[in-house]
Amino acid sequence: MQRKAVALISGGLDSLLAAKVMLDQGIHVEGINFFTGFCVEGHTHAIRKKDQKKPKRNNALWSAERLGIKLHIIDIVEEYKDIVFNPKYGYGANLNPCLDCKIFMVKKAREWMEAHDFDFIITGEVVGQRPKSQRKDTMPVVQRDSGIEDLLLRPLCAKNLPETKPEREGWVDRDRLFDFSGRSRKPQMALARQLGFEDYAQPAGGCCFLTDEAYSHKLADLWKARGNKQYEMDDIMLLKVGRHIRPAPGYKLIISREEGEGKFLQGYRKQYPSLKTTSHPGPLALIDGDYTEQQIEQAARIVARYSKGKMEDEVALEYQDREGVLHELKVKPLSTDEMKPEWMV
Amino acid sequence: MSRTELDCRRLLCPMPVIRVQDAIAGLEPGDEVEAFCTDPGVLQDIPAWCRINGHMVLSERRQDDEYILLIKVGNEEVS
Repeated sequence: MQRKAVALISGGLDSLLAAKVMLDQGIHVEGINFFTGFCVEGHTHAIRKKDQKKPKRNNALWSAERLGIKLHIIDIVEEYKDIVFNPKYGYGANLNPCLDCKIFMVKKAREWMEAHDFDFIITGEVVGQRPKSQRKDTMPVVQRDSGIEDLLLRPLCAKNLPETKPEREGWVDRDRLFDFSGRSRKPQMALARQLGFEDYAQPAGGCCFLTDEAYSHKLADLWKARGNKQYEMDDIMLLKVGRHIRPAPGYKLIISREEGEGKFLQGYRKQYPSLKTTSHPGPLALIDGDYTEQQIEQAARIVARYSKGKMEDEVALEYQDREGVLHELKVKPLSTDEMKPEWMV
Repeated sequence: MSRTELDCRRLLCPMPVIRVQDAIAGLEPGDEVEAFCTDPGVLQDIPAWCRINGHMVLSERRQDDEYILLIKVGNEEVS
């Protein structure tokens, strides 16, 4: 009887190798990839013009295609909010709830496994590779809290861990699994060469925006300004784009930095009030939050500062208010001295 | 055979792929899905997803700032 495994496919090298090791043992493997909204994969390169010459492949899809397996991409954006708001095991260096995230994903994969009559789950985890979610003392926590117990197999480091049911029952051969550990990537790279994989993804800063310091800072600012830990999909998308400036507690400006971002922000003009310079080439800015009519002039002066007319005495802007009504404004661009560093988010 | 129109405008990958995947889950082999997208990434991602899951991209065309893909649901059982 051919056994069936669900592989958590991130698009990185480790999950690619783990799935391949199982396929080579005759296991039927299908992949699951979770979309949290914070995935680095795919988003920003679709926005910024300067990045548009880069290949736009999705690495999870690429991995699945190289492996010859199906991939199911699952939208967990709404459910994932609870993990971001209240992680039981806390955050990492930034707003990254890595251990809670791993537990949640394995739990969701377990539900999928049970619904589709699969036998066990595999991940590309390696003992000691990540400071929070991939430690010898936290890996059993993932098994316990997700409810998967010994139906979770980590082929790349299985020999460093207690035997799981797939090994005990002889579904897989433990002798043909691995004993990788630590932060070095050399064993994985050697295995990749041996298995014939080239051109695999090598993310420099992880696969989640929540591990990024600047992004986490912007998210924390959003929560502080709103007085609660809430976000919508548009919020977390917009945190990835533009220059964020908060001249007053109630509102902030999201100012495009180049043409691609301007085009992207254009799509939000029906939802957000906006400012755009008309007398000089310049950015598009969305206004997020509550502001007074008096603050519009301040906002316009800031936006004018980022236009080609920043040294002029007067710059004209188009202000689209909350009702979509257009107004013309003429302002003097804010000077360097007037621009306060603490406004920059 | 039916044809379903899918509005994936302003969605960034992988959301258009997820929309296509979820739409196809409720369709029969031979049915068609026409996805209207604005993220150029779909030109890579939707065909890749179709190839690995047994569906066929019949056409890709560009109209102004939109990328329109016509997909035929394959015969393979989709989990």
